Amino acid sequence: MSETSKTILDIRNLDISFKTNAGTVHAIRGVNIDLRKGETVAIVGESGSGKSVTMKAAMGLLDSNAVINSGEIFYTYTDESGREQTVDLLKLPKKQLRQHFNGQRIAMVFQDPMTSLDPTMPIGRQIMEGMFLHKNMSLPDARARAIELLNLVGIPDAEKRFKNYPHQLSGGMRQRVVIAIALSADPDILICDEPTTALDVTIQARILELIMDIQKKMKLSVIYITHDLGVVAKVADFVDVMYAGKIVEVGNVNEIFYDPKHPYTWGLLSAMPDLDTADDRLYSIPGSPPNLLHEPRGDAFAARNQFALAIDEKAEPPLFQVSRTHYAATWLLHPDAPKIELPQELQQRLARARKEVEKYL
Amino acid sequence: MTKKIEQTAAPAAPYIPKKEDFVLLEHRDIHTDANFASQSYWKGVITHFFKNRRAVVGLVIITVILLLAVFGPVLNAYGYRDIVQYRNEKNKRVVAKGIAPQIPVLHRILTGEELEGNFAGYTFLFGTDDLGRDLWTRTWYGARVSLLIAFVTIIIDMIIGMSYGLISGYFGGIVDQLMQRFVEIANSVPRLVIVSVLAIFMPKGMGLVIVALLLTEWIGMSKIARAEMLKIKEQEYVLASRTLGARNGHIIFKEILPNTIGPIITQVMFSIPTAIFTEAFLSFVGVGIVLPQCSVGTLIEDGFNNITTLPYQILPPIFVLALLMLGFNFIGDGLREALAPKLEDM
Amino acid sequence: MTKYILKRLGMALLTLLIITFLLFLLVRIMPGNPFPSERMSDEQIANKRAEMGLDDPILTQFIRYMGNVLHGDFGKGTSLYNGAPIKTVLSTAISNSFRIGGMAILLGTAVGLLLGITAALNRGKFLDGFCTVFSILGVCVPSYVFLIFLQYTFSFKIPFFPYFFDNTRFAFSAVIPSISLSLFTMSTIARFTRNEMVEVFDSDYVRLAESKGMYGRDLVMKHVLRNALIPIVTVLAPLVVDLLTGALVVEKIYGINGIGKLMVDAIAGEGIDYNYVLALGILYSALYIGIMLLVDLLYGVLDPRIRVSAKGEEA
Repeated sequence: MSETSKTILDIRNLDISFKTNAGTVHAIRGVNIDLRKGETVAIVGESGSGKSVTMKAAMGLLDSNAVINSGEIFYTYTDESGREQTVDLLKLPKKQLRQHFNGQRIAMVFQDPMTSLDPTMPIGRQIMEGMFLHKNMSLPDARARAIELLNLVGIPDAEKRFKNYPHQLSGGMRQRVVIAIALSADPDILICDEPTTALDVTIQARILELIMDIQKKMKLSVIYITHDLGVVAKVADFVDVMYAGKIVEVGNVNEIFYDPKHPYTWGLLSAMPDLDTADDRLYSIPGSPPNLLHEPRGDAFAARNQFALAIDEKAEPPLFQVSRTHYAATWLLHPDAPKIELPQELQQRLARARKEVEKYL
Repeated sequence: MTKKIEQTAAPAAPYIPKKEDFVLLEHRDIHTDANFASQSYWKGVITHFFKNRRAVVGLVIITVILLLAVFGPVLNAYGYRDIVQYRNEKNKRVVAKGIAPQIPVLHRILTGEELEGNFAGYTFLFGTDDLGRDLWTRTWYGARVSLLIAFVTIIIDMIIGMSYGLISGYFGGIVDQLMQRFVEIANSVPRLVIVSVLAIFMPKGMGLVIVALLLTEWIGMSKIARAEMLKIKEQEYVLASRTLGARNGHIIFKEILPNTIGPIITQVMFSIPTAIFTEAFLSFVGVGIVLPQCSVGTLIEDGFNNITTLPYQILPPIFVLALLMLGFNFIGDGLREALAPKLEDM
Repeated sequence: MTKYILKRLGMALLTLLIITFLLFLLVRIMPGNPFPSERMSDEQIANKRAEMGLDDPILTQFIRYMGNVLHGDFGKGTSLYNGAPIKTVLSTAISNSFRIGGMAILLGTAVGLLLGITAALNRGKFLDGFCTVFSILGVCVPSYVFLIFLQYTFSFKIPFFPYFFDNTRFAFSAVIPSISLSLFTMSTIARFTRNEMVEVFDSDYVRLAESKGMYGRDLVMKHVLRNALIPIVTVLAPLVVDLLTGALVVEKIYGINGIGKLMVDAIAGEGIDYNYVLALGILYSALYIGIMLLVDLLYGVLDPRIRVSAKGEEA
């Protein structure tokens, strides 16, 4: 986590809507995210907060009804001749994006390993495809590399498994294959979209360790999309908390867990389940995220916020700086805001979340 | 809730916060979920259905045809088997044979001339056939017969198929095995063969059509009912009522039936056009409705027999048949989508 | 795999045997004179019955009948074609029907696939809309209506094609009936292909392939088509059945001596010809069961999920 490492992916002011039968859904409302070389950023939020959409935009995988209203996604890389280049991924034609960036420089691991592999193609072929596309490898070379990758992601009997079809593998094994596919053309950036959500708990930890391990070996920069703060604590250097298409709090992992400023982050932390303490009930943030068919007025979180201020219903809060790396978009940080005394219950919950997290920090 | 927000959604000048804005909002209920509040399942299905343009078109088509099938024949003075005729001055019969569609009033307005011929003053919207019967009356009467056959058989099939499927799925094990073997065999007999065997035992006519449909259409329904049953069977609430000592019959009909009703209605919407199609086909071939009764099928056959002399005669029943098919299929599709909406349509 | 095929084949044959027996039973228990075309005294009839073995136990009769059927001998018609051997009549009919039906299936499948794929690749554009309208039309209008329309236009108004089927000019007179019969297949396959392709395009594995850097033709050929086309095999069976049904009216209207017209003649004429009903019943059931079996096996060969699990059964 050196201070001097360069920004490799820079999302500026991203704004995306979707045209649906019911109307236009303004899903991403001005998002900024930084990813520096070798680091791990986690984007956290409930489903529908726009985490996946943001990263799909970077991959050129948005559905056809998506409209990018504004914004840039700058990607900096070293080209074949060793020169440093910066491109705006959103401005590239799709063909060029697929030919030169997808897979080769930025790869993605999807949420559900049960559906993300082609059911009619042996997994070996699926891993080799990326090598043929980007590396012009010969079949024997690609085969050797694919088996090497299968070994790397911890699939036993790689030679034999090479010819298997996806349905012959368990969910955890399939996710390993998906990771092998993502690694097949030596990318710089790995985007993991809820990589462990669909797997059972015992497998989750192993997959996470695998990704971290590979990240170290291959010097990858990783973006995690997740709603699970347990995952975040384990893997992330920086955290972006997203709500209703906006980043509401950003900071390094210590700041987010030890000094969270946004009531939504409080909620997320409180909702972390922990196995040690016998709590009589599981906390969840009341209500549900706003329907972005209608432009939220003021602070989008106000309706669910226990500590909402009158101003929250009138104006959207700007990002207030807390430290050099820590920002939060809540009016509570305004100099005029009343001092909030956190209720006992919430303090306890936050303390518990911290304890849970300390295992990893 | 939507209106209020839309009004304020217009871009406004950035709000300058005042000191008094920074007070906690007290006494609010943040636990009510405004997004998903009080939307019942069926209400959702209905809203979704009516948002689907095709489904609404289908519904309109079917409603109009149903209304015409009920009231169409009484809108003029001719019965479906009446031959339109009168006696002239010399007491000779004049029959309205093979008159092309004519509306005297419209003709006068469009051309400024009076219609000519023995039946100049008569209105025949669809014309008359070779025997002198009014085709408007016959078309809607035929549609009525076809629809009636379809509705009756499909409702009976629904009852048979659902009971069969639900029982088979509910009991499982050997009962299910045996019942499914039977379905497999029954499903391997082509409908044509069933019709031909029936033709040996039964006189041609409406009865044969109905029995033929009864013997074939229940299978699809039973498969759906069984699949739904297998899906629902293991869910908690069924388990719960079983632990509470509910009897089999009670569980099947009180707990599970309401949940299978959606897919079954969808299947009904697809079965009705099949039934109409089959009726038309059997009547056309000559084992269905017999003269002087008429149905969409016999009307098409009549039209075909006279096609070289009265080519207009075949058009109304064909359009009615096609529109019925279209309407029911649209409604079926709409229902299916409304019952299992995809996220992107929401 | 072999075991799997044999098992399915055995099941199919057993089903066919059961159906044949039921048909035989139903047709034979019919009361009445089995020789309506001949004038005989009661005594003569009794003699004839005994001679033909009609008084034997039904099972004996069935075994005898099946023995004959296996040699292609279905007996003689009771009223149709002056009692000519059914075998002769049937073989001509089968040849006519299969040629026309085969053409209809080929035409329908080829054009249907083309239309469906084009529509899916141009999703939301004009071609897609055209395909939708076309397939709705094809499903809502029976094949015989198309036939009547084509016959009226291209044989009557513009007398280009023969008005009735003419066996001496087979290819020429097969045009109108094959096209009419193919429209249902065409529209069903077009719609199905389009929907399957669209679904596959939206699938996670296509997202993954795109994230690998695949696009355009490569993506369609390697990931989309294969996955979209496998399920189409399943609609082929119902389509063939619909075709057989449709052929009944089409053959009747166009005067084609095929199995469909034979069936109509056997059941819709003045007297019902039991022997034809029986023979055609067996033929249709065999066809239907055979096609279902074929589709099952084909699906097993094409879809690795089934192929491999069938292998698993063997092990």
